Amino acid sequence: MLTRRIRLFGALGLTSLLAVAASQFTAAGKATGDAAASAATVDIDNFKFAPPTLTVAAGTTVTWKNEDDSPHRIGAKNGAFTSAALDTDGTFSHTFAAPGEYPYICTIHPYMAGKIIVKPTKPAS
Amino acid sequence: MADRDDKDPAGAAPLNRRGLLKCMGWAGTGVVWGLSGGVPRTLGLIGDASAAEVKQDGLTFVQISDSHIGFHLPPNPDPRGTLTEAIDKIKAMPTQPAFLIHTGDISHLSKEEEWDDADQVIKTANKQVFFIPGEHDVADADNGKAYLARYGKNTNGRGWYSFDVAGVHFIGLINVYDFQPGFKSAGLAKLGDEQLEWLEKDVAGRSTSTPIVLMAHLPLWTIYEPWGWGTADAGRALGYLKRFGSVTVLNGHIHQIVQKVEGNLTFHTARSTAFPIPAAGTGPAPGPMKEVAAGELHKYLGIRTVNYVRGKGAPALTDSPLVA
Repeated sequence: MLTRRIRLFGALGLTSLLAVAASQFTAAGKATGDAAASAATVDIDNFKFAPPTLTVAAGTTVTWKNEDDSPHRIGAKNGAFTSAALDTDGTFSHTFAAPGEYPYICTIHPYMAGKIIVKPTKPAS
Repeated sequence: MADRDDKDPAGAAPLNRRGLLKCMGWAGTGVVWGLSGGVPRTLGLIGDASAAEVKQDGLTFVQISDSHIGFHLPPNPDPRGTLTEAIDKIKAMPTQPAFLIHTGDISHLSKEEEWDDADQVIKTANKQVFFIPGEHDVADADNGKAYLARYGKNTNGRGWYSFDVAGVHFIGLINVYDFQPGFKSAGLAKLGDEQLEWLEKDVAGRSTSTPIVLMAHLPLWTIYEPWGWGTADAGRALGYLKRFGSVTVLNGHIHQIVQKVEGNLTFHTARSTAFPIPAAGTGPAPGPMKEVAAGELHKYLGIRTVNYVRGKGAPALTDSPLVA
């Protein structure tokens, strides 16, 4: 675990490069890169996640925003992240450090499903 | 069946034909349903003397559901107010119910202050209340820990329980945990193995003549899968119960009345005390019907009275809207 963390901290130094990569991956989302870290947004509107599948680079912070009149609650299928219930206009953010696929649902309306795909970051060359 | 038109379960409610026609004209009107041989049959309108007499003896209790305290948007920015109206309606009943059941979504966002508000209103009925959670009550970041700490005392597993009153066996099931997206039962609720094993044992030694009331928040039959209105493993639960002569399933969640009969099992979803949701598949999503005008809202909200007459098996159900 410790070595892994150290590696991740090392990777943070590359984020300015990664931001560019992340915005390429997230054409369907609202990727915004900055010097510190990359970020992306998933909108929850009309009981749907938009985009339903979002691909980001490792280290990206994804923020869900609830645009519905009903509350929603984000829960990863593997338990990696769970929000409290988000009221209208409520947001929840999670930073994806490790590459992989993260299917999630709204635990209040479990037929609402989405997925975050986290791509590994390339070493600087 | 024909005899029952003259002699209802309480032996005192002739079918009011004019009343029946009125009921058919407006589905939202409070109706006393007599369940005879598993087929619902109208006995009379709420407020008819004959309807009131149905509840003269036996066990009467009231179901309220989906109070959503904390909701603050159209069509009902004041669900505490409409819950108060529902409780006032109960307090005004000529035959007072023995207790209340709340079939979940007490709160909107699983917040202590929402439950505080709900409890303050509900306790004015001065009745014992049996709660089960809705998915909105287990929406804290800890998957229902707050609900269980508050409402789950003396329950089994993650909050399920049973009790007996006047010879009727009541079972409170929880189907707002354990969702399994991505599987065949995508998006439907689950009861889970642990609870199902408990249920099997709970009913194993009981006589088939024991009337059963099964409470669960989400419907225990699939009403509309695209909106998740069903419970994937409900069939196993109902399998343990089908040998009983009278099984009444009381659900919430969909904020409207949908009923189904399957042998000795009758299924009934209830109205909300807060806001209506569209009929299955008739809107873009199962959210609040925000277009409902303030003057129309109360037609969609309501409470349910359930009346057992000792030795008569199936109960009579009365759904009353919150309109005056």
